[in-house]
Amino acid sequence: MAFLTRDPVHLDALIARITGPDRGGVVTFLGLVRDHHEGRSVDGLEYSAYEPMAEAVCAELIAETESRWPVRAALSHRVGPLGIGEAAVAIAVAAPHRDEAFAACRHLIEELKRRVPIWKQESYSDGTRCWVDPTAGSTKPSDEERAGARPW
Amino acid sequence: MADSVGTPPTIRIRLFARYAELLGAEYLDMPAAGLSTTNDVLARIRALPGGAGVGESTLVAINLKQAAPGSPIRPGDEVALLPPLAGG
Repeated sequence: MAFLTRDPVHLDALIARITGPDRGGVVTFLGLVRDHHEGRSVDGLEYSAYEPMAEAVCAELIAETESRWPVRAALSHRVGPLGIGEAAVAIAVAAPHRDEAFAACRHLIEELKRRVPIWKQESYSDGTRCWVDPTAGSTKPSDEERAGARPW
Repeated sequence: MADSVGTPPTIRIRLFARYAELLGAEYLDMPAAGLSTTNDVLARIRALPGGAGVGESTLVAINLKQAAPGSPIRPGDEVALLPPLAGG
């Protein structure tokens, strides 16, 4: 199953792959394209990836998550151009109980940001473009950017 | 990895995102001679026109696996220089 896709991602499809009669809780995460970044107005963005490595790391993340918690997990990440409001990443985790599902879902998105070789180029309303660098000294990094800045 | 007769052993260096733009290439095949660690690759790339923008502490991968700085490489390896990751 490929983790990267050029087509829109759908949570329903991910959930259908991981639910089962012994799993009573499903937690999902959907990351959407924002219309602003550090005070600049964003028109859209483009994701690119080192695809064979990204696929391998995603498989590793799923495997390690499913071995650490009693869960089934699935994820999907877009590559290519995306517009504002489109889903860039979708994650679904099913577990017997909610605690494991929340913990495993959080783990997956944080580790994905930290370890999967994917890059994002934003296009701004003034016509310029920029590769996003979560490790660059921003005046006020968000929590997710701080998470992305941790070394491997 | 078998090399065809007469072909000198090379290292394939993969470049992505900002690094591909800086160097004007998505990959470079370099003779393996003199390249024994990922640090040698980084030094070689940083000496090229546009290469100074590739950070000294750039994340590297060898044959699709994350590798520690200064990891040894062998002829035929694919060494990827990874700009700061921005997925999710």
